[in-house]
Formats: sequence, C-alpha cells, structure tokens
Amino acid sequence: MELDPLVLSRIQFAFVVCFHAIFPVFTIGLASFIAVLEALSFKTGNPVWQKLSKFWIQVFAVVFGMGVVSGIVMSFQFGTNWSNFAYATANFLGPVLSYEVITAFFLEAAFLGVLLFGRDKVPQGVHLFAAIMVATGTFISSFWILSANSLMQTPDGLELRNGMYHVVSWADALFTASFAYRFAHMALASFLTAALVVAGVSAWFILQKREFETNRKALSIALWMLLILAPLQVFIGDLHGLNTLKHQPMKVAAMEGNWQTSNGVPLLLFAIPDQDAQTNHFEVKVPNMASYVLTHDWNGEVPGLNEVAPEMQPPVFIVFWAFRVMVAMGLLMVLFSIWGLVLRVKGKYYQSTSFLQGLRLMSLSPFFAVLAGWVVTETGRAPWLIYGQMTHAQGVTPSLTGGMALFTLIGYIVVYALVFSAGVYYLLKVFRGGIEKANRPHEQDEVERAKRPFSAAHASLEGDN
Amino acid sequence: MEQPFDLTLIWAGIIAFGVMMYVLMDGFDLGQGILFPFAPDEHHRDVMMNSVAPVWDGNETWLVLGGAGLLAAFPLVYAVFLPALYIGVFLLLAGLIFRGVAFEFRFKAKTSKYLWNWAFAGGSTVAAFAQGAVVGAYIQGFKTENFRYVGGALDWLTPFTVITGLGLVAGYALLGATWLIMKSEGSVQQWAYKLAPRLLLMVLVVFAVISVYTPFVDPLVKERWFSGFSAIWILPLLALYCAYIVFSSLRKQQEGMPFVATMGLFLFTYLGLLASKWPYMVPPNYTLYDAASAFESQLFLLLGFLFVIPIVLTYTAWTYWVFRGKVKAGGYH
Ligand code: HDD
Ligand code: HEM
Ligand code: HEM
Repeated sequence: MELDPLVLSRIQFAFVVCFHAIFPVFTIGLASFIAVLEALSFKTGNPVWQKLSKFWIQVFAVVFGMGVVSGIVMSFQFGTNWSNFAYATANFLGPVLSYEVITAFFLEAAFLGVLLFGRDKVPQGVHLFAAIMVATGTFISSFWILSANSLMQTPDGLELRNGMYHVVSWADALFTASFAYRFAHMALASFLTAALVVAGVSAWFILQKREFETNRKALSIALWMLLILAPLQVFIGDLHGLNTLKHQPMKVAAMEGNWQTSNGVPLLLFAIPDQDAQTNHFEVKVPNMASYVLTHDWNGEVPGLNEVAPEMQPPVFIVFWAFRVMVAMGLLMVLFSIWGLVLRVKGKYYQSTSFLQGLRLMSLSPFFAVLAGWVVTETGRAPWLIYGQMTHAQGVTPSLTGGMALFTLIGYIVVYALVFSAGVYYLLKVFRGGIEKANRPHEQDEVERAKRPFSAAHASLEGDN
Repeated sequence: MEQPFDLTLIWAGIIAFGVMMYVLMDGFDLGQGILFPFAPDEHHRDVMMNSVAPVWDGNETWLVLGGAGLLAAFPLVYAVFLPALYIGVFLLLAGLIFRGVAFEFRFKAKTSKYLWNWAFAGGSTVAAFAQGAVVGAYIQGFKTENFRYVGGALDWLTPFTVITGLGLVAGYALLGATWLIMKSEGSVQQWAYKLAPRLLLMVLVVFAVISVYTPFVDPLVKERWFSGFSAIWILPLLALYCAYIVFSSLRKQQEGMPFVATMGLFLFTYLGLLASKWPYMVPPNYTLYDAASAFESQLFLLLGFLFVIPIVLTYTAWTYWVFRGKVKAGGYH
C-alpha cells in the first residue's frame, strides 16, 4: 500500500489536536467554577466553599499541566506537516497563535502561582482576584484560537498577494462570520464540561458517603448550571448550524446525509451513508423534519451533496455520525437536567441512587460531545483547509514523505500513550483522595519544591496516600 | 511597501535575544539530565533535580515564545526549518515532553523512581542533541526552491551535524556542572568540580572542529573571516578568554565564576555564529528580509511582546531571587 503523507498528516493532526482539546475545554470551565467557589467563600465565609475550592484547584492543576504539554506540540505541527499552509497564512495565524501562547504565559507568570500556592500567603481578596484573572485568561486564550479556526471556516479580511495572505482588515479577519457562534458554543461546552464532571465526581463521593454536606452543595451548583446551560447549548447549536448552512452548505448536507438538493427533506435518525454509491442505506427518518429545522418551513429546500463533484465532498460517513453523537450527548444532558429538576422539586436529588449513578457516567459525555463537534467542524470542511480557497493537498508540506509522516504519527501516539496514561492515572488518584486529602494539612518543605502546577496536588504516584 | 521603520531588524533582535535566553537558561537544566546517569547515587540526583526544579519550566518558556514569534515574524524560517528538520523536531519535542513529565512525577514516585530517572536523562540528552543538530543544519544551509524546502527527510543528518549535536550535549553538560557548583555543596559540588574541566575540553574540541570546518564548506563564511582584518575576530578571542577563566576559576575552586564564564563562552560563540551568517536567515538563499512577514503583522504582534516580555523577565528574576542560595537534597514526600 502506498503511504499517503496527506492522509497520515490529517490523521496525525486530528489525533494531536483531539488529545489537546479535551484538556483546555475542561480547564476553561473549571477555572470559572473555582472563581465562583472563591467568590462564595469570600462573601459568605462558609468553610465549605474553601474545602471544595482546595480540592478542585488540585484537579485543575493536573489538567492544566497536561494541556500545556500537549499544546506545545501543536504549535509545531503547523510547520512540520502543513508548511505551505503555515507559510501562506503566517501574516494572520502567526500573530494570532502567538497571542494565544502569550496569553497563557502571562497568566502563568502573573496569576497561576498565586492561585495554586498563594492561599496562605496573600490576602483572601487577592487570591480571589487571581482566580478571576485565571478564569478570564483561559477565555482570552480560547478567543485567539477560535478566531484562527473560524477564519479557516469562513475566511474574511485577507488578500492573497504572491502566494501569501495579507491582512487587509484585522477586525474582519478576527471576527469572521462563524466566530461569534463558535465562541458561544465552545464557551457553553466548557461550562457544561465542568458542570458534568463536578456533578459526576460529587455524585460518586455522595454514593460513597464521603463529606456529604460539602459534596451535596457542589452537586447542587452543578445541577443548576446544567439546567441553564444544556438547553441553551441546544439553542446555540441550532443557530450555529443555520449559520453554517449559509456559509458552508456542503458541510450541512453531510451532517444531514442529504445527497440530493430537494424540498421537504426528512431528518435521518439512522443511516449508513455510502459515498461510492452517493446514497444512504438503512434510513430511519422523520419526514420533512430537516427542512423544518434548517429553513423553518416544512417544505423548504435543503442543499444536497450533488451540488459538488464527489471528490469535493467531505467524508460523509464521519461527519454524519459525529454530528449525531454530539447531538445525542446534548439531548442526554437536557434529559438529565430535567430529571435533576424533577428530583429537586421532590427534594431528594441526592438520594436517588440511579440518578447519581447516571451522573457518574454522564461526566464522560461532554468529552465525547466536544470531540465529535470538532470532528464535524474540521472534517466537514474537507477538502478545504481554508474554505473555498486552499485545499488540504495544497497546504501540506511538499517535502513530506509517507514514511516520515508514519514515523512521527506512531511516535506521537506512543509518547502520548505513555505520558498521558501516567497523567490520567495520577488524576484518578487525586479524585480518589477527594476533598478529605486535599484539605489535610501537610508539612510541605517550602524551600526546594518546584512551584509547578502538579505540585499543587499532594497525592503520591504509587500506594494509597 | 514603505515602512516607517525597520521592524524586521527589531524582530531579528528579539528572536536572537530569545534564542540566547533559551540556550543559556534551558541549557543548564538540560545539563542536569545529561549528567544524571553519571551521578554516583540517588542523593546526588535529588540535589541535581532540586537545583533546577523551580526554574526549568520558566526556562522553556523562551523556546515556545521563540517558536511562536518565528511563525509570526519570519514565517519562511518556520516553513523551511520545520519540514527540513522534521524527524529532529519530533525527537526534540518527545525529549522535552518526557523530561517535563519526569519533573512532575519523580518527586511523587517511590518504586518507579528509576523509570523517571531514565525519562529525565534520556529526554534531556535527546533534546540537547537535536538542538545542536539544528545549529549544525543552519550552518550547512537548506535546499530550497521558490521559498519551499525541497530536500530529503534526513539531509540534516550529516557527520557535521552529529558533531554539533554532541558539542551542544557537552556544552549543556558544562553549563549544568558549573551551575551545580554554584548551587550545591559537599560531595555533590566536589563531583561537579571534577567533571567540569573534562567537559570544557570536549566543548573546546568541538568548537575547534566547527571553526576549521565551516570556512571550507561555506564561501560566505570564509570571505567574512579571512578577507583582510575584521573586527569580528574579537568574538572568538573573547570566547577563548572566557574558556580560560572557566578553567582557572575551576582550579581555584571558585563557586560562581565558572558558571558566569561558561555563559560568556556561549554568548560569544553564539554572536560569532550570527556574525558568520549575517544577514542570511535561511542559508544559503534567503536573508532576514526575504524571510520576514508583512509589516502590519510584525507590528500587531510587537505590541503584545512589548507588554509580555518585561512581565516574563520580572517573573523570572523574582523566581531566581526567591530560589537563591544553596540547594539541599531534602526530597519530597
Ligand atoms: C488554527 C487552526 C485550527 C484549530 C484551532 C483547530 N484545528 Fe482542526 N485542523 C486544522 C486546523 C485547526 C487544520 C490544519 O486545518 C487541519 C489539518 C488537516 C485538516 O484537515 O485541517 C485540521 C484537521 C482536523 C481534523 C481532521 C479533519 C479531517 O480529517 O479532514 C480533526 C478531527 C480536527 N482538526 C479536530 C480539531 C479539534 C478537536 C480542535 C480543537 C481543539 C481543532 N481541530 C482546532
Ligand atoms: C490548533 C489549535 C491549537 C493550538 C496550536 C494550541 C496551542 C496551545 C499551546 C502552545 C498551549 C500551551 C501554552 C503554554 O505553554 O502555556 C496551549 C494551551 C492552551 N490552549 Fe491551546 N491550542 C489549540 C487549540 C485550542 C483550543 C481549541 C482551545 C480552546 C477552545 C485552546 C485553549 C487553550 C488553553 C485555555 C490553554 C492553556 C492551558 C490549559 O488550560 O490547559 N487551545 N494551546
Ligand atoms: C443538540 C445540540 C447541539 C447542536 C444542534 C449542535 C450544533 C453544532 C454544529 C452545527 C456544529 C458545527 C458548526 C460548524 O462546523 O460550522 C457544532 C460544533 C461543535 N459542537 Fe455542537 N451542537 C449541539 C450540542 C453540543 C454539545 C452538548 C457540545 C459539548 C458539550 C457541543 C460541542 C461542540 C464543539 C466543541 C463543536 C466544534 C466547535 C465549533 O464549531 O463550535 N455541541 N455543533
């Protein structure tokens, strides 16, 4: 079999970026949650909030550390595997990606240390301020990166001169047509991630009858967040989709599995899209529903994949199913938010074992939804790297061979597998230690220890303490 | 386009400064990893790791800042170096990841400690070698056509780059050893005193090889150094003088001077290298002006850098200040 550097590079990028994405999406939401806990503690003086904050800061520290390590690899991927693309877009992507890194460093230098290690050394107000700044900073970071991505989806404000894009309007280039939707959708995804992980972990502690009152409070906050955010996310997701329909109709056609432009298009609940035959097998559908969702008219016209040549279509199977996974997760979240409300009205959301067990499982759902969402967005853009302007084949590094790409692909998989299984293993230990361990006074020898994110956590790698 | 001032030159200065900061600062902590397998026992290793634990990640900041700055200010460098050094870049990143994780976990490990020792040593050595090979590849130049790299996957791997790679491994080990002299006492310090002169000798041999070899392969370098009297000869002379001070201060068992003089040795060698290649940024075809991005893009990012670099510098200075004085073994529990 011929090794195709293009295919391998795409797999490699997808692997690395998916790996990275799960960490920041969690830290962004968690940072805000911690800021809220600190604010509650500052205002009420109730020690419960501080107990919770101490625990979740440790979790934050470990996840943040892993996010940084995996992010560094990505900033080099552009040059190694997509050098034509990197070179052509450097006038825009260069400064924007640099600003993302700068934001992260600024944060780390100025506020992260205070948040992680400063609790007993600075006044409580200063500590709260640091928490708020870290939370704000994670959003500024995602502003830059999502702006970069949105430009690739809906390019604007650029002009091509001699093979290089030049920025003619920074405002247009930074705030392209899909940016606002993507930012809102992503922000909600981060909050949902934090809410569901906090809910799942608290539910688990409650089932184990540990620190009941503290964990009940955390669970209560998380459920309120879920109740507001989950339906809102479905709403924003719908707007996002409508915007995509306007700018990238073929992506939406792939999401719907719609091969022919036509009126009164059904919504497919299940299907096996077959790209070679340009049709679906085993369709299960709701008549006219897709037309209604996309055009708000039961007989509206929905664009189909037949509008472009087969080689200009995105991989339909992947986009179709990734979209369904995301939406299914979103609807499950709504379901749980309603279930939680019903139980709360009856006054026993922390007593229903099946609900608590369900929440434990649901703590994984936002990660599936986020990854599936990114796969829809990125794969649905194919064959374009910059929509309508540059294809993957034009952007890939010309000197790259299949062998090189395969070597590094395997390499990254091995490195990440080793390093991150250690990281996840450690994270699970921090969870197991729980609120109790995070609040145990510990004789830390101040002098020599690194002020690294991980050192904010006190679990040891082996054994039970 | 008309430019009110020469931003490209300013950016060249910023990048050169960033690279120098990186080499000096990450150099001594990579050096601990390189020397790790040679340490007599676990006690020495504890001291070595503790001597850089609070500062190493701040040191690595400069690499990421430099990488991001390159894409923004000199995209051609980014788009030629990374494809040309593809495998090397992977090794560098993998090495840095392993040693970074070892910092986090070695302190928390008991039975698996030896694994993290190897991760730290292996990762540091591979990363240092890869960086040295990058320097060698830069001196060699790249095969380019129409602003694209057109060479093969392993063009960068030549006897010459192997020598520069090993040279930087030795150089970082020297920085590491002299740093350890400054930060430790007792048996650890004595051990470092013994190592340093040998490392210095290795470094000098490699420098000599490079200095003799380079003018032969590169007519530009030959022209620059050997056509009549040139003021740049002061740089290698200063480098040699620094080497002499390293040597004599080691003999007198001074504590701070060996490290300072080693930094001087690196600084003047680095400036000499820049002087050889100026103004070529992607040798042999493209100068820094060919490699530069658009004026507006350089300006847009400059504002951010001017804001952040002073903060990073202040934070760095503060970390080192808090951390001043000798390090003890006192491990973590
Ligand atoms: C600045 C640009 C940028 C940003 C912010 C992202 N990506 Fe991306 N992505 C690309 C730029 C890009 C790319 C360079 O354009 C790729 C490489 C090859 C390709 O298909 O497009 C790509 C491909 C790509 C693919 C493979 C698509 C395919 O097979 O066609 C996936 C699954 C993802 N990305 C997933 C993600 C995730 C999970 C992200 C969130 C963290 C993400 N991307 C952010
Ligand atoms: C191709 C895409 C991306 C690249 C090249 C990239 C690059 C980076 C880099 C280099 C870092 C480490 C900075 C440091 O050393 O402190 C980082 C961290 C971070 N990234 Fe990304 N990133 C990408 C995608 C994303 C996305 C999609 C988001 C969120 C929406 C995001 C949010 C963050 C945040 C918040 C951090 C701080 C560390 C953390 O919270 O884990 N990044 N990224
Ligand atoms: C039923 C509800 C949902 C709908 C209708 C929906 C809709 C969409 C659409 C249409 C896109 C692709 C936009 C484009 O590529 O142009 C998208 C992307 C995405 N979705 Fe959803 N979504 C829903 C639920 C969720 C949930 C619950 C999460 C995570 C918690 C999530 C996370 C994402 C992410 C991370 C992306 C990629 C980034 C972006 O383009 O915004 N989505 N969503």
